[in-house]
Amino acid sequence: MNNRVVITGLGVVAPNGVGIPAFRHAIRQGISGIRFFKELEDLKFSCCIGGMPEVSEETRLKYLSPLQLRNFNSSGILYGCMAGIDAWKDAGLSIDENSPTDYDSGTVFGTGTSGVDKYRESIYKVDAGQVKALGSTTVIQIMASGISAYLGGILGLGNLVTTNSSACCTGTEAILMGYERIRAVRAKRMLVGGCSDHGPYVWAGFDALRVLNYKQNDHPEQASRPMSATASGFVPGSGAGALLLESLDSALERKATIYAEILGGASNAGGQRGEGSMTAPNNEAVQRCIRDAVKDAGIAAADIDLVNGHLTATAKDATEVRNWAEALGRSGNDFPYIHSLKSMTGHCLGASGAIESVAAVLGLKEGFIFPSINCEDIHPGIVECISAEKIPQKLLENDKLQVVAKASFGFGDINSCIILKKFPG
Amino acid sequence: MTTEELIPRLKEIIKPYVRNQEAFNNLTEQTDFLNDLKINSANLVDVVLDIETAFDIIIDNESMEKMLNVKAALDIITQKLGEK
Repeated sequence: MNNRVVITGLGVVAPNGVGIPAFRHAIRQGISGIRFFKELEDLKFSCCIGGMPEVSEETRLKYLSPLQLRNFNSSGILYGCMAGIDAWKDAGLSIDENSPTDYDSGTVFGTGTSGVDKYRESIYKVDAGQVKALGSTTVIQIMASGISAYLGGILGLGNLVTTNSSACCTGTEAILMGYERIRAVRAKRMLVGGCSDHGPYVWAGFDALRVLNYKQNDHPEQASRPMSATASGFVPGSGAGALLLESLDSALERKATIYAEILGGASNAGGQRGEGSMTAPNNEAVQRCIRDAVKDAGIAAADIDLVNGHLTATAKDATEVRNWAEALGRSGNDFPYIHSLKSMTGHCLGASGAIESVAAVLGLKEGFIFPSINCEDIHPGIVECISAEKIPQKLLENDKLQVVAKASFGFGDINSCIILKKFPG
Repeated sequence: MTTEELIPRLKEIIKPYVRNQEAFNNLTEQTDFLNDLKINSANLVDVVLDIETAFDIIIDNESMEKMLNVKAALDIITQKLGEK
């Protein structure tokens, strides 16, 4: 017997809102979190804008102790801990450092890479012959699994505690991995999500690749333009999103608030064959991933009301929309609504799938479709394929929203797609 | 520097790492860093670094291994200060 899996807690640290109330307000109102950073300009970046959550010293201290924050220099881990702790508490679960180990709860909390600033700091010391001066926390801040290790200790998790890493698929893949573990009755609760560092050292490689939008440094809030004819590269972001997944039985037993049910999903890869490469998707694999997810969820393509796309604001957006249309066998007016949270947050890399899934779950639970901003001029390749009305430019209140498909695609030609359904009641 | 002068400075240094406040309040020369103050063993590395900075001394690996209680720490600090 498989478990049904539901979502009972949410947490988010996004460029346009830290914490669920601020984030809800921002995504409903179409508020961009993209800002100009002088630091990037001074470092001669082409793209000098980005998305960075605003977290005060006071807020940090609500999540990590003064001791944990001593010599601490990993924004990704900070964001991940904040989102993870919020999701845990939102689910009505308690945190007590003297509690017994909770063998029924685990975490898959991903990152593309984290602790980059800490690594940089360490490298300078090592090269200066000051290895001893690294202190005790360098390893835990730069190891890939740092975020899951921090959360595991704070929450006392005793089930699987791991970090997945799969570029821009990371967040969505983590949800799927946690979902599969609960479905297979190997855990009751899994805290899943993704986090990503902010700043020049994480974003530099993308700037060098010329995949960032360097044409709108003067208009940060209009610069992230998914599905627009004038989209000319993505805007880098950072932050974290977290979801507390739980078996339906456990959630009902605890009388927890249920946000939504995860019906199923799929992950695959295109093998960097066909039009696929290290940095471009194999369209056949993308379509197959979406179809597999629909099949795994036990629904028909016609049941999907809304697509929360990957849609980064590059020339590939039109290709993505065509892939959805092909995979679902729906186009024109028959196509579901489609939007991109990246229009407001930029591309939060390893955190993107998780932050965007939090937005998807909120909309599903509360019956709204957030606007996809900055695409007044929809790309002609998209209008050829689907009706322009399917891209909400303004907030849509929609209490009939039942099923949302969320996908992420990443470097390495990898794909992840999950299917979320409103939970009655 | 006398023991009476050193203890308050040492207390200031170890304060952030202490997880047993009562033992910290009643600290004596016999107080053990790990067993009494419940300092995480990994944090001993940070305590030594902070002592090095505060007293402008260098504590070698062998001395560090012995620094498990207040008395040992005071002895090593006094010795290293004497060698300056």
